[in-house]
Amino acid sequence: MRVHHALVEANSIHCRPDPHRSVHRMIAFEGVSKSFDEGRDFAVRDVSFSVASRAFVALVGDSGSGKTTLLKMINRLIEPDQGTVKVAGESVQAMAGYSLRRKIGYVFQGIGLFPHMSVGENIGITPLLLGWPQADIDARTGELIDLVELPRSYLARMPSELSGGQRQRVGVARALAARPSIMLMDEPFGALDPVTRDTLGSEYRRLHDNMGLTTVMVTHDVMEAVLLGDRIIVVRQGEIVADGEPHELFNAHHPDAGVRALMDMPRRQAERVRILMQERTARG
Amino acid sequence: MGERFVAAARLLPDYLGQHVLLSAAALGLGFLISLPLVVVASRNARIRWPVLGFASIVQTVPSLALLALFYPLLLAISTLWQHLFGYGFSALGFLPSLLALTLYSMLPILRNGVTGLTNLDPAVIEAARGVGMTNRQRLLRIELPLAAPVLMAGVRTAAVWVIGGATLSTPVGQTSLGNYIFSGLQVEDWVSVLFGCLAAVALALIADQLLGLIEIGVATRRPKVAWMGLGVLLAGVGAAGVGSLAAAGEAAYIVGAKNFAEQYILSAVMADRIRTEGSAATARVDLGSVIAFRALASNGIDAYVDYSGTVWTTIMNRRDSLPRQQMLQEMTTRLRKDHGVVLLGALGFENAYALAMRRERAEQLGIRTIADLSQHAPQLRIGGDFEFFARSEWQALRDRYDLRFREQRQFQPTFLYKAVASKEVDVISAASSDGRIRAYDLVVLEDPEQVIPPYDAIVLLSPARAADPVLRKALQPLVGAVPIDLMRQANYMVDRDSGRISPSQAAHWLEDQLHLK
Repeated sequence: MRVHHALVEANSIHCRPDPHRSVHRMIAFEGVSKSFDEGRDFAVRDVSFSVASRAFVALVGDSGSGKTTLLKMINRLIEPDQGTVKVAGESVQAMAGYSLRRKIGYVFQGIGLFPHMSVGENIGITPLLLGWPQADIDARTGELIDLVELPRSYLARMPSELSGGQRQRVGVARALAARPSIMLMDEPFGALDPVTRDTLGSEYRRLHDNMGLTTVMVTHDVMEAVLLGDRIIVVRQGEIVADGEPHELFNAHHPDAGVRALMDMPRRQAERVRILMQERTARG
Repeated sequence: MGERFVAAARLLPDYLGQHVLLSAAALGLGFLISLPLVVVASRNARIRWPVLGFASIVQTVPSLALLALFYPLLLAISTLWQHLFGYGFSALGFLPSLLALTLYSMLPILRNGVTGLTNLDPAVIEAARGVGMTNRQRLLRIELPLAAPVLMAGVRTAAVWVIGGATLSTPVGQTSLGNYIFSGLQVEDWVSVLFGCLAAVALALIADQLLGLIEIGVATRRPKVAWMGLGVLLAGVGAAGVGSLAAAGEAAYIVGAKNFAEQYILSAVMADRIRTEGSAATARVDLGSVIAFRALASNGIDAYVDYSGTVWTTIMNRRDSLPRQQMLQEMTTRLRKDHGVVLLGALGFENAYALAMRRERAEQLGIRTIADLSQHAPQLRIGGDFEFFARSEWQALRDRYDLRFREQRQFQPTFLYKAVASKEVDVISAASSDGRIRAYDLVVLEDPEQVIPPYDAIVLLSPARAADPVLRKALQPLVGAVPIDLMRQANYMVDRDSGRISPSQAAHWLEDQLHLK
């Protein structure tokens, strides 16, 4: 049964958002504000936007821009002062924070594997909290270790025996364990070396597509946002200053100077790489 | 040496058993109280500082003082309880020791527990929330297991403190390994003192190692190791319980004693007398002077020997002095009326507080009476036992004879006589029945104004045993039967420097002399 399910997932490779199947607004912010110092400064100020089902949205901004605060208000790790956050059309306040979080995958830079539990126990924790039978949990952890491309023997290892990249693979598997439809990722690969980071990023993008996930990823790395996201939202001082598909933000005449400067870097890098490639072709 | 070692070893099952039970109960209770406090304090910084601050302050109170303070507190509660519900409980022995040591055990557990819970990796806590754990699940599945090794290290420290501190529970009437130390110190039986020290040290080391095994098991996630440590620990406590129960037998009667040789001997004689009547009896020694009376009044002990002057001044708070017979009569009536305590009778000798000097020094200064002392006092140093200077007899003496000494020092009774003999002090508070007065060639100064009341040794019975036929039959033959010279000799056999014998041996000697066997 599970094998069959995995095959269905595998067949939907490269499937981009499907307008016919999607709930239009999987996640919605309606006039949301948040202050950590009783209103002197706002981490998030009157923000409204929505995320379609199966979208991959990158939240981009400097540190302190409010992007992480936005992300954590979706699974109620942070509560808004004003406004409403909705998931699948319903206010997140409608249910207890912990049961909301069991339905939403969460991956962050610190990874936070439980050091006293094996890899298998780490991956199976949310199903365990949900009261799944142990046999189902075991089957699911096996599936997931395959999915994140680690050997099955790793299930018995302790987190301290893994490399940084392997740990975050386990982190992703743990977030996916209870079959969430939404994944929240806060600089998930930020602490990894560039090669591992790129590999994990593109592998995750494939999982996102195969499993029909809705992903919101916070990153300060524009390149990562451009390579992985279908849509980029630029946040500055708690407000959204740009929101669009990557190619739209590359517009050299974007009205916001900050956004122009932000997008200039990947543009220059791509330009340089293009020239280098041409030289190589010419010499070859 | 060998004989005394054997005598000490014979007491081990009882002393060690009670010591282990007390320590285990205090540590267990301390742990159970501390754990919820640790959880609350680690989650709320506003509660954290008061909790840790209170525990730190408790720790700075000397443990002996802590034990001493619980006694009057419990006594007050017991009295209140008696009024409200018609029955009291013993404010002596196990209860005050347990409470004081429990408080004492809490600081290391609290401090380590809070440190362990507040210094966890924030990423792990964020992940625990992120995967959808409730606060309770986060605590039980993540925070406590991760903080457990640090917490266990605190429990180990607490165990060592409690086992050491439990030796101090002897003066509030709880039998422990401290009995070896306190009794040994009183009668200069260093074998006994050493035996008690080594037993306490060995016990602390063993407990520490077993708790260490649990700590390692928890830290390295090897539950088998942890369970093994816990199993051996619990087995040890169980064995101690059985051992002390077996040692105690069904002691039908408990005879109390204060903390000096004469009291040890007389309590042994009384216990022997009760056994002769066919009942089991045990002695509870090293009680503080007033504590012994309170214990008797609350039926914590069944009988003991006190001194009329002590009861007159400290229990009845009388400042006046009456002729001997009149005083005994009034005391019999008042004790019965106010405390339900029965004064069975006087043993026949007096053990009065007296001032004593080396004969040579007294003659040199021409001092015969306390009145002669007043003009020399500013050049002289006086030594007293721990109670003496706080007692009303001393205040009365000082005021009546205008005594102002150059220096005033306190000693264990044992060292008091040595201090005057070695000229460290010139005058000491002595007990008139003490064999060492003659042995050290001291003179007892006369009290021409009769400021010090008579100190006849008297047998007191608890309210519950007031009409007990066995007790009365056993102890009645002692009334009026113990002359001062025999008592002095018996005391000296236990107190002398060489050829010393144990209090129970001296008791047998005394029984022989009195034809009581």
